[in-house]
Amino acid sequence: GSGGFRKRKHDNFPHGQRREEKENVNPPSALMTSFKSFQLELDTRHDKYERLVKLSRDITIESKRTIFLLHRFTSAPNGEEILNESEVKLDAVRRKIKQVAQELIGEDMYQFHRAISPGLQEYVEAVSFQYFIKTRSLISVEEINKQLIFTAEDREETTNMTSNSHDKQSPTWSLKVTPVDYLLGVADLTGELMRLCISSVGNGDIDTPFELSQFLRQIYDGFTFIGNTGPYEVSKKLYTLKQSLAKVENACYTLKVRGSEIPKHMLADVFSTKTELIDQEEGLP
Amino acid sequence: MSVSEMFAALQGALGQDQDIREEIRKEVQALEQTAREILTLLQGVHQGPGFQHIPKKCQKAREHFGTVRTQMESLKTKFPADQYYRFHEHWRFVLQRLVFLAAFVVYLESETLVTREAVAEILGIEADRERGFHLDIEDYLSGVLTLASELARLAVNSVTAGDYARPLRISTFINELDSGFRLLNLKNDSLRKRYDGLKYDVKKIEEVVYDLSIRGLNKEATVGAGGEK
Repeated sequence: GSGGFRKRKHDNFPHGQRREEKENVNPPSALMTSFKSFQLELDTRHDKYERLVKLSRDITIESKRTIFLLHRFTSAPNGEEILNESEVKLDAVRRKIKQVAQELIGEDMYQFHRAISPGLQEYVEAVSFQYFIKTRSLISVEEINKQLIFTAEDREETTNMTSNSHDKQSPTWSLKVTPVDYLLGVADLTGELMRLCISSVGNGDIDTPFELSQFLRQIYDGFTFIGNTGPYEVSKKLYTLKQSLAKVENACYTLKVRGSEIPKHMLADVFSTKTELIDQEEGLP
Repeated sequence: MSVSEMFAALQGALGQDQDIREEIRKEVQALEQTAREILTLLQGVHQGPGFQHIPKKCQKAREHFGTVRTQMESLKTKFPADQYYRFHEHWRFVLQRLVFLAAFVVYLESETLVTREAVAEILGIEADRERGFHLDIEDYLSGVLTLASELARLAVNSVTAGDYARPLRISTFINELDSGFRLLNLKNDSLRKRYDGLKYDVKKIEEVVYDLSIRGLNKEATVGAGGEK
């Protein structure tokens, strides 16, 4: 009957096809098609940027934790342990940096630089802090970048990901810390070294302050030499650097002038008062 | 390497970077000058007699774009080809301005939206990053948004000059442009802010069309437009 016929008609024109036919009546114009592709392009770009921001945040957090850990270092027995643990932490950070390098394959690094710069600066601060504790010297940017050349860890990476090398046998990824990020990281390092100076006196270590004073002066001289050649963010750090250096120099002065008067076990007290004053200045609780 | 040696090397790198930027700035200044000349030329279409001279102005503008192409070739040589985004901030503004001017010329000629590839060709650059000095999509979109504002102004001045058909065509064009932009998921950056201005352009043109329609002026226009087109 007619009911059956009508039913079959519905089967011949299922809902989805009907919609498609309607679209075919009004096909998207060239302009709309273009904008649809723009949407895709922008979304892809933004997604990548966000992934890199997240990685940068992870890098920042883990680097900061490494710095806190390293502040607990003393030449006491647990020193070796702390250094080893810091290396483990920094390896974890480097694995994150590897992911950053993989995200940037085929891209212009500078397009995404603002996303990763904070993390890289913090990493420079952490790794140079560790290097100073181990060697009493400043790590170079070349040395830092040498550690940021990565190879595939397992077969999965080799087959799935694109990389720098054309030889599919051993793909490599690398990231270069820029001179500016390096300088900004080193500038922040001086703040940690200043804290190290104050705390080392509290631990009865009266040699480190003088070593630090000399070291910081070298760095300060370096930044003075650079002056305004770099971007504004670098010159801005010079002010804080000068303050850190001044605090260290004052600590050395106090040690020199009053060190002989005060029994060693009371030296810590002298500097803890000073530290309170300094912390008050910086607005710390 | 001693600390002072390290910093000397770093200072060298920073100095080199500054030198490159200085060279780029000079090239960009030249481009800005040419852009100003094209803009001054095209702004003339807003005045009464200017409407008749549109084809001539477009032709002249295209000649100026020849100068732009030459200047672009010069700019490309000032920095390593694979570091476009390192120095992008220096030419971003003038490039957006040039996109707008190219889009304006193409609109005046054909009343269509110039494609990204077409703009790139007019400016003598690439459309894809992989092929070299290219037009970033956000710069293209910014330039297009500036075109929208210019057309809103043109709609108003068309009426003043007695052309009642043009605003209607501009309205169709801008509305389609608006639909296109609505597809985009923009972040809270300068492009987003500029896009926010588009709705005021749409509104302004709607008001012009409304003013024409309630006075029956657009009916005259469609009658006339049939013959013109």
